[in-house]
Amino acid sequence: MDGGVTSAAVVAEAPRSSTSAPRSGPVLRFAGVGKTYDDGTVAVSDVSLTVAAGEIVSIVGPSGCGKSTLLRVASGLMAPSEGRVERDAPEIGFVFQDPTLLPWRSVRRNVELLCELRGMARGERTRRAAEMIELVGLGGFERYRPRALSGGMRMRVSLARSLATHPELFLFDEPFAALDEITRERLNDQLLDIFVRERFGALFITHAVTEAVYLAGTVLVMSSRPGTLVGRVQVPFPYPRSAELRFDPAFVAVVQEVAHALRTGTP
Amino acid sequence: MSSTARTVGRAVRLSGPPTVVFAAFIGLWLLLSHVVLDADKRFLLPPPTDVVRVGILDGENLREVLDGLWSTTRVALVGLGLAGGSGVALAVLMSQRRWIERSLYPYAVALQTIPILALVPLIGFWFGFEFRSRVLVCVLIAVFPMITNTLFGIQSVDPELRQLFVLHGAGPLTRLRKLELPAALPSVFTALRTSAGLSVVGAIVGDFFFRQGEPGIGRLIDLYRARLQSEQLLTAIVLSSLLGLVVFWGFGLLARVVVGGWHQSAGGRGAG
Ligand SMILES: Nc1ncnc2c1ncn2[C@@H]1O[C@H](COP(=O)(O)OP(=O)(O)OP(=O)(O)O)[C@@H](O)[C@H]1O
Ligand SMILES: [Mg+2]
Repeated sequence: MDGGVTSAAVVAEAPRSSTSAPRSGPVLRFAGVGKTYDDGTVAVSDVSLTVAAGEIVSIVGPSGCGKSTLLRVASGLMAPSEGRVERDAPEIGFVFQDPTLLPWRSVRRNVELLCELRGMARGERTRRAAEMIELVGLGGFERYRPRALSGGMRMRVSLARSLATHPELFLFDEPFAALDEITRERLNDQLLDIFVRERFGALFITHAVTEAVYLAGTVLVMSSRPGTLVGRVQVPFPYPRSAELRFDPAFVAVVQEVAHALRTGTP
Repeated sequence: MSSTARTVGRAVRLSGPPTVVFAAFIGLWLLLSHVVLDADKRFLLPPPTDVVRVGILDGENLREVLDGLWSTTRVALVGLGLAGGSGVALAVLMSQRRWIERSLYPYAVALQTIPILALVPLIGFWFGFEFRSRVLVCVLIAVFPMITNTLFGIQSVDPELRQLFVLHGAGPLTRLRKLELPAALPSVFTALRTSAGLSVVGAIVGDFFFRQGEPGIGRLIDLYRARLQSEQLLTAIVLSSLLGLVVFWGFGLLARVVVGGWHQSAGGRGAG
């Protein structure tokens, strides 16, 4: 595509084994990526990271540190000003903080949207939509318009919409930030259930530390001005994770470690 | 409380106050005609009873007014159709290319600010003094709200939704069809309602100036004025006001049917 972006599997080809086992190479790799906007704002600087297939990496950082910019660069919607972006994901899921549904479409037609844009046959996309609506627990609401749903339900429609395309790489931009804590935790659990089943690679942006740790195998800590990575914390708990994990002292210790890195982090 | 009682109660609450105002208006009218005006000046404001007797109950007079009204309505509707079509088309063009917007928008604004009445003689010269010219006046008056509202509707599409479309391979045409035009629909309907009213005004103004062909209500109004037929004059005025009202209400209803299911403002108060 543009500048330093290689979008296909050019680089990721080497490590693939001859037996076509589940993909295990990275679906996304940043090497020294920086982004300076036209007006001179240095939003992101020197970010290197890897998201392996079937791995959730979360990024926590203060408001305005360049998280959304990082995701836009990761998606290919925006070219980096420096560094390289390698993507091995024919299909990308992008979930925003707002559900961004089409208000004139029913739940079912909203979930079908991205498949429709990809030119998928009607029968196949109807089947997938039905499956994904079931998966996010919205069975029975197919014919509702978004305005008749609660905030949490709308977010689940948004999730189902991206899931329907079976993305290899999921980009989440603070998807649950606008929801209350109870709803957010419930959606975290649900997302992990789906993750265990679908095993996509994901970059999950949030400013909630607990959420970051609960979901991810790796938590990256970002600082602002310029936005860059200042910490990296491994989360040693295997999937599937249960809701009680949140009260496990070992889990709380990891949360504290991330919170500490967030407080003290300087580039 | 039963639901029918509630419906009736609601109807009374909604229609009560306007009815009272209407009655007061008629009362004031009667007072002016019978008490304030001397008999020899009564032609300035004939009482409502005379207006109904001469203007409406007299079949021939009524037919004349209704024919005029129908001719004007046709002009207004054709004008509105053309203004709607060209306005939406121009807005779409402007939304797709920044340079088109920058080159055309100032002229759209100019169209709004130059007095169309000043152009009317020229329009007559160029396009004759019939249907065509009347329609053109309607278009010139009604097109601006169509352009601005549609453009606004398209431009207020959530940028993240646009990103999502791009990310999944949707080209400009698909974005227009599946995202921008549907999103702009409520604004288009708002504009249609405004433009419909303007188009009626344009048609009546056109009647005054372009006097060939079938007479419209505007020409009749002028005729009745010249002949001091004030009962028919008032009938014509009241009926053309009703036309404006019906058009406004009709497009409100249409908006509610088309976008009311998902867009709040179309279903809300004041929509019809
Ligand atoms: N299109 C743009 N042009 C210029 N500067 C921009 C643009 N978009 C973002 N910025 C700037 O880049 C910086 C990072 O913005 P970004 O939206 O990536 O932050 P963020 O971490 O996502 O913030 P938040 O937590 O509030 O969502 C900010 O200083 C912002 O003002
Ligand atoms: Mg952001």
